[in-house]
Amino acid sequence: MNLLRIVNGRVIDPSQNLDRVCDVWVRGSRILGIGPIPEARAERTIDAAGMIVCPGLIDMHVHLREPGQEEDETIATGAAAALEGGITSVACMPTADPATDSQAGAEFIYLQAERAGHANIFPVGAVTKERKGSELAEIGGLVEGGAVAFSDSDHPITSAEIMRRALEYCRMFDKPLLAHCEDPELTRGGVMHEGFESMRLGLRGMPAAAEEVVVHRDIELARLTGGRLHIQHVSTAGSVTLVRRAKNRRIQVTAEVSPQYLLLTEQDMAKYDSNYKVNPPLRTNEDVAAIIEGLKDGTIDVLTSGHAPLAFEKKMRELDQAPNGIVGLETLLPLCISALVEPGHLTWPQLIEKLTTRPGQILGIERGTLHPGADADIVVINPNIGWNIDVSAFRSKSRNSPFDGRRVSGRAHAVILAGAVRYVRE
Amino acid sequence: MTAVESPKTVSWTRRHLLGLEDLSAAELRAILDHAETFASASQPPRVKRSGLTGRVVVNLFFEPSTRTRVSFGLAARRLGADVLDFSSSGSSTSKGETFIDTAKNIEAMGVDLMVVRHASSGAPHLLAQHVDCGIVNAGDGAHEHPTQGLLDIFTIRQKLGRVDGLTVGLVGDIAHSRVARSNIHGLLKLGAKVIVCGPPTLMPQAITKFGVEVSHDLDPILPRCDVINMLRIQFERQRNGLFPSIPEYARLFGMNVERLRKAKPELLLLAPGPINRGVEITPEAADGPNSAILEQVTNGLAVRMAVLHLLSGQPADQ
Repeated sequence: MNLLRIVNGRVIDPSQNLDRVCDVWVRGSRILGIGPIPEARAERTIDAAGMIVCPGLIDMHVHLREPGQEEDETIATGAAAALEGGITSVACMPTADPATDSQAGAEFIYLQAERAGHANIFPVGAVTKERKGSELAEIGGLVEGGAVAFSDSDHPITSAEIMRRALEYCRMFDKPLLAHCEDPELTRGGVMHEGFESMRLGLRGMPAAAEEVVVHRDIELARLTGGRLHIQHVSTAGSVTLVRRAKNRRIQVTAEVSPQYLLLTEQDMAKYDSNYKVNPPLRTNEDVAAIIEGLKDGTIDVLTSGHAPLAFEKKMRELDQAPNGIVGLETLLPLCISALVEPGHLTWPQLIEKLTTRPGQILGIERGTLHPGADADIVVINPNIGWNIDVSAFRSKSRNSPFDGRRVSGRAHAVILAGAVRYVRE
Repeated sequence: MTAVESPKTVSWTRRHLLGLEDLSAAELRAILDHAETFASASQPPRVKRSGLTGRVVVNLFFEPSTRTRVSFGLAARRLGADVLDFSSSGSSTSKGETFIDTAKNIEAMGVDLMVVRHASSGAPHLLAQHVDCGIVNAGDGAHEHPTQGLLDIFTIRQKLGRVDGLTVGLVGDIAHSRVARSNIHGLLKLGAKVIVCGPPTLMPQAITKFGVEVSHDLDPILPRCDVINMLRIQFERQRNGLFPSIPEYARLFGMNVERLRKAKPELLLLAPGPINRGVEITPEAADGPNSAILEQVTNGLAVRMAVLHLLSGQPADQ
């Protein structure tokens, strides 16, 4: 068996409360152990001096556009972009065309991911048929096809009755329901957060209340049903408060946020640049501060990219006509470092937990750990290397990032996927 | 002319006029003063000027307009420019071409200035990043309509002799009105007090941050106003259900002869047009002695000549 040894790195594995300089050993596709293994002799050694060694990152909110919208992204290009960003596992939203609302749809995603041979792709099944919000999809069949969670994503489930039944039904399979919380009547035609900036710019607003009323509804339904609720991209201070209170009430709820909600605000919309147009919209400085508090105290469990690739010609439109979305697989890690580690809001182990162990637990995919016997998905992070984000160098097919040209620190130095060294940067 | 502000010229360096929010008070005065030199343009004998001879001005209208388009076209022609008219109906945009591509194609024919009207806020700003010619915003969504704001202010200055210290009421659909935003920015910079008045459903709460007073009741503010600008209900930009009925709106916020009796006798009544007669304003009020609605249209020509002239790189004192 091939033996791989990663030496001299600061090994952080939140699943084992581990944070110390030691060796990581890989045999074949699995973790062999951590620390000195005197009798073992490595065939390959990676020197990780000055670097962080941790489980491969897990991004549980990603839109790949295959089938149906391959001009934006394919499973192959998205999976390659993930690896480039140090992400070894991705949960793929059911938002392609057709929606992932059948066993065959889920299996297609596995098949394409296997053909591509990059990051692991885990399909998220649609909650309702065609994501129309009226009838439950064949959730059992989707589980059979490998769906790890359920979501209607940006077609929010408007019927409280359907949401209730979905939470109840998913309990049977112990799968989480990933909720995009938005009241579409309150956001109809909205382009950005409703407030002073939307008024000044003459753009139709999406009030914070449109998110919060649905967060509140879904939390109460989780309490009613005992289902597992995961709130996607929490963007307002009010939502953070609602989730915190729900956790205090021991309701089964988890939550995530993406770096754009930490680094950008409504004020960035003044450029009328559709690369900043995203749903939920960029909010205010007060919301950003509340979300950071939520990350610090554990109210918000997970960091995701919310990767939403869109072809150039789709985004190059009038702001109110352009679709929502920001790409993020290749920038998730450095942007989280900029937003959270550099200012001292989170320690490295706290950040790694929200990028590995927690999403792994929520999805139930037994990844996000360096425990002996686990799949050897590992990322070696160079925490200090400075670089400029350059969308033209993205592996992703799309370029819709508002962070183009931004100076950042920290990057995946080496990625190991199922024991295979996929790259080591010079 | 009754200009009280100093008529000194400032050096004009801008290539685009995208909104009044971007302009300094000195720049606003420069345009208004320059417009005065064109104020006789609509009166006989209508002598043609030569400031834009050999230049090409394109009216790029992606949204219906009569008055603004005609006014810009005439302004450019009176300055000697060649004028090209483009409107989106029946053009390539209906075949799926993006408006940026449309504009770039037209620019490739050799264009100096584009006058852009678009239903999307920020469309002229986006265009300014993609073309090399100068851009004049002729109204973008609910954002700004700078030449309308300028001509309203020009009319106020002409009729009342000043702007500084006046109280101006903007009445109606503030939320969806680009005219409201341009008026607010221009008036505040030139020292006026602004009261915005309308139902809360047509009034963004955050508007107080501009430094304006908010009222939901027209009658008590009326006696305090030197100018009332009756904004049109933007039926095309609204959702349904923002007020119960047109009669109720007209009763609460419409201008009529009885209401005018509560105002100062010299109240200046403006409306940016097109007016919905019988909704914002009754015909008697619109055509009465306080109204300067047609003078606004006349002044629009002078203001637009001044704007085109300045943006074409002509010195302001020429």
